[in-house]
Amino acid sequence: MKTSLDHAIEAEELVKTYGDVRALDGLSLAVPAGTIFALLGPNGAGKSTAVRILTTLSRADSGRARVAGHDVVGDPGAVRRAIGCVGQRSGVDRDATGAENLRLQGQIHGLRGRDLAARVTSLLDAFGLGEAGGRFVRTYSGGMQRRLDIAMTLVHRPQVLFLDEPTTGLDPEVRAEMWHEIQRLARDEGISILLTTHYLEEADRLASDLAIVDRGRVVAGGSPERLKAELRGDAIHVELGFAAEGAVTAALEPLAGIRELVIDGTALRARADEGARAVPVVLAALEARGVDVSSVTVSRPSLDDVYLRHAGRSFE
Amino acid sequence: MRHTAYLALRDLRALWRQPWYVAVTLVQPVIWLLLFGELFKSVADLPGFGSESYIAYLAPGIVVMSALFSSGWSGMSTIEDIDRGVTDRLLVSPVSRGALIAGRVAQSALVVVVQSVIMIGLALAVGANFPGSVLGVVVLILVAALLGAAFGALSNSLALVTRQEESLIGAVTFLVLPLTFLSTALMREDLLPGWMQTAASLNPVDWAIEAGRSATAASPDWGMVAGNVALLGALLLACGALATQAFRSYQRSV
Repeated sequence: MKTSLDHAIEAEELVKTYGDVRALDGLSLAVPAGTIFALLGPNGAGKSTAVRILTTLSRADSGRARVAGHDVVGDPGAVRRAIGCVGQRSGVDRDATGAENLRLQGQIHGLRGRDLAARVTSLLDAFGLGEAGGRFVRTYSGGMQRRLDIAMTLVHRPQVLFLDEPTTGLDPEVRAEMWHEIQRLARDEGISILLTTHYLEEADRLASDLAIVDRGRVVAGGSPERLKAELRGDAIHVELGFAAEGAVTAALEPLAGIRELVIDGTALRARADEGARAVPVVLAALEARGVDVSSVTVSRPSLDDVYLRHAGRSFE
Repeated sequence: MRHTAYLALRDLRALWRQPWYVAVTLVQPVIWLLLFGELFKSVADLPGFGSESYIAYLAPGIVVMSALFSSGWSGMSTIEDIDRGVTDRLLVSPVSRGALIAGRVAQSALVVVVQSVIMIGLALAVGANFPGSVLGVVVLILVAALLGAAFGALSNSLALVTRQEESLIGAVTFLVLPLTFLSTALMREDLLPGWMQTAASLNPVDWAIEAGRSATAASPDWGMVAGNVALLGALLLACGALATQAFRSYQRSV
């Protein structure tokens, strides 16, 4: 295993079962220090379980993991001092004020007196909560609460930050604001960030590296650009007037240059080197077999296509 | 130790901000004291009862009973913390696991102390008297706090295992009334049926009541008081250990 100088997080072959459910099935990943890394996958893929194990909340049945250079099982205390974690459930005390929440978190991390007061004030200001600091958290909006969540995890200046679905349930405007904040943390504070998400757009936008997780395993990994580049050609999506799998297959199989044909009800996906040129050919072939087409789109490869290819099914 | 204090303060602050809850917790035992005091007034006239006034007999019992009632709900905050994610956030911070339980238990004990002081003042006002020394009254508060802390720890164990408010309410209600009635809170031991006397002797609530009543009496049986205080201390340790174990089982399940 390499040392923490290269990697903020290293996990090898993590396995975790809950009863009969195998939540993690040999998950491995390495997050380079100072980068944003996304774990991308649908609900139930094992993303949150991975976060719980890496943050010492839960323990893997087998496998090893190091965070900030410390073993999560051998030295959980050192891991806890080096990390911050925003879980899916907020974790703020709604019956206390924003400042009180920050103060308790600081006290737990050993901050005292003037240092603590200064840190609380600067975090409230940095997250635009300066005026709301004295108000009860239950009066905060969703976005304010999320910002407080993140501020709380930064009290002790962690090296590694875990964000478990940080923008789920936020409206688009607030989500854009969060993205901005996450990018700022990695860029200005040099914090390594692992975030989980089921928004492809979010991973594409924020992460320099990502791992696609499906059924407790990493099925593909790399930078978003590289993953997309691995897919040759453009994606063609055709919406059919009615489901006609046999006819469609018969029409399109013989065509040269049409690859990776997937039919799912009335949705048809395929890949072609030059999408614009392939479309008329595809339409003509479908028409010849009497298949009704209601819409056609051609697009550059997206992470959705990457996901489709590696997990063998569409993302949603 | 420090972490325990921080967490207990957080709980007390939350409590302080719910004045209605505080008021009800205080008013309820007062009602018990006055209601039972009037209802069973003539019990003191029973042959073999011996006390000059029933309310004087009743007061230590109600103090202990109130400790039981208020600390039983300690686990409710734990369930709320689990649901809100507060517990998970604390578990991934360097807070000691013991402090998470100790903070809650310390808060229960402190609430019981405040409640007991108010109740004792009120009992004096309505005609009870504690002929023993001031030390005796302090011992009464101590045994109430010990029992409150132990029951608070038990309530937290139940909370961590059931993780459902309804189940906790059911379990606490199920425990509190029988524990109170199977004791000498309302009736002198010699006048209880035989099997109840046996049950009472095994009942921690009765240990606390007997110790508190004797300590505040004109001629305390200090040997018995010390023995019961030791028993309650042991109970607190056992419940604390149980709660810590319940925490481990919670952590295994997340």
